Amino acid sequence: MQAVLLIDFGSTFTKLTLADVSERKIIASAQSFTTAQTDIMQGFQNALEILQNQTGDVSKVKRLACSSAAGGLRMLASGLVPSLTSKAAKLAAFGAGAKVLKTYAYELTDDDIKEIDSINPEIFLLTGGTDGGNYKVIEANAKKIARCEKPFPVVVAGNRSAGKNCAQSIESALHPVFLTENVMPELNRLNIAPAQDIIRQIFLERIISGKGLSREKALIDGILMPTPASVLSALTLLSEGTKEIKGLGELVCIDLGGATTDVYSIAKGYPSLPSVTLHGLQEPYAKRSVEGDIGMRYSARGIVEAAGIEALADLAGVTEKEVEDYLEILGQDKSFLPKNPKEHMLEEALAALAIRTALIRHSGEIQRVFTPSGAVFKQQGKDLSTVNTVILTGGALVHTDKGQKILDMAVSNVDESCLIPRHAKAIIDTKYILSAMGLLATYDRDAACAIMKDNIGGGL
Amino acid sequence: MGKKTIVLGVIGADVHAVGNQILYYAFSEAGFNVVNLGVMVSQEEYIEAAIESAADCIIVSSLYGHGELDCQGFREKCDEAGLEGILLYVGGNIVVGKQPFEEVEKRFKAMGFNRVFGPGTPPETTIAALKEDLLGEK
Repeated sequence: MQAVLLIDFGSTFTKLTLADVSERKIIASAQSFTTAQTDIMQGFQNALEILQNQTGDVSKVKRLACSSAAGGLRMLASGLVPSLTSKAAKLAAFGAGAKVLKTYAYELTDDDIKEIDSINPEIFLLTGGTDGGNYKVIEANAKKIARCEKPFPVVVAGNRSAGKNCAQSIESALHPVFLTENVMPELNRLNIAPAQDIIRQIFLERIISGKGLSREKALIDGILMPTPASVLSALTLLSEGTKEIKGLGELVCIDLGGATTDVYSIAKGYPSLPSVTLHGLQEPYAKRSVEGDIGMRYSARGIVEAAGIEALADLAGVTEKEVEDYLEILGQDKSFLPKNPKEHMLEEALAALAIRTALIRHSGEIQRVFTPSGAVFKQQGKDLSTVNTVILTGGALVHTDKGQKILDMAVSNVDESCLIPRHAKAIIDTKYILSAMGLLATYDRDAACAIMKDNIGGGL
Repeated sequence: MGKKTIVLGVIGADVHAVGNQILYYAFSEAGFNVVNLGVMVSQEEYIEAAIESAADCIIVSSLYGHGELDCQGFREKCDEAGLEGILLYVGGNIVVGKQPFEEVEKRFKAMGFNRVFGPGTPPETTIAALKEDLLGEK
């Protein structure tokens, strides 16, 4: 037996998974509440005790951890045009596993600077302009950010002609500066890996200790990445497989939580129809998006605002008044669980509309244009309509046995201009192992891939 | 200063890709930095590309006859987006049917285009205009 202990420090739970790398299986798992007020290590010790009651002493075992504790990696980003460098900056930060609180475009105003100071991000990602393109806006923004009083680190990833000037403006203030390659060096071409590497490095060196997660204290061999980055890497591995193990191919994953919903797609997203031209910013092959207004409890109202109360009432087969009453209950009791058949229907419909809204926002769209030579199509974003696998995870979904029904409800009656998965098989991450397997993949890719294939959806 | 930057594309629902590639090649060979948006380009796409790349000129192609509709309000949108004074060129079969070029040119200039090129204009003509307008070469 060769065991590895995988630790996920969450905002509400610390989850431990003990995996056997040589046997390629999960030995045991345990979880415990994490409270933001008390020492985060308390939750870890509690979970460890529960785990050791099942497995015996694991103090000698290698430990790897990811963290979304204390609100996750809190970032702000800025760019020039909203649909171009601002979007590229957001995609870079999301893909690095960050919680992007806000993305700015064009020149920052004095009010923006006040807001940035009050948010006090853990990292600010400053972008704007293609290489050799606009440099005025990013340089002006660098000077403004230098005036912020909170000494947060700034990653400069914009027009390379402006990089040095920006770095100098900011360095003269208190902020540590990290200069890297442009997130959009040429129009519509995305280049986010260099910025993401720097973000991860800052996360490792500067942020973890600030959250009470120092290595000595935890006896942890390394906190490797923010939890969403670990999930993204697990999904990429599951999709691609290894030399030894066949992957699942292109896939989409939805992590439906109480407050937010994350969507991941591991897919090229090229057009599936003929006569399609691609427009706008190229999107990443491994893409993550986060919907801060969509969730099953804290953001239940957000789902209704986005999808409409009639849609929810229709889908659940109830009246709008009954929907209102249900939202009222959810508003008062965040740990509410549905009991009677009507509540179950409402819960399923709510989940379906959350998934629908998050999928529509994550996926690309296609517009039919009539020309003298017939109908042609313009596509923006990723075409995920032919993706066959959708993995459902997150508190609201891991215990459901209605995954396929919920997914089918989510993707039916959606306008055909939305390039969401149309006929996908739903697979439930019943054991909630994705973040742990992203960590294990840094140690043994074959084992991580095999364990995912054996466990997700009860074996694939 | 480095090379001058041009944003190039075929406007509207026009899918004429071959001419676009020829222009991209010709303008690049002539020493310009060309941001090519391809076919079926909207006014907003030209403008956003010009902002990010700090372009000196936007060149609009149209071959399918509907250019006059597609180009309406282009200059005003540029002004609105902070691209005041950017050079705007348009060329191709830019109107419906055969109309006297002088009238067509007048109408497009009234819309705010700096230069208007009729059907069959060789790339060299446009390159010479670019050199005159951007580099002061006569």
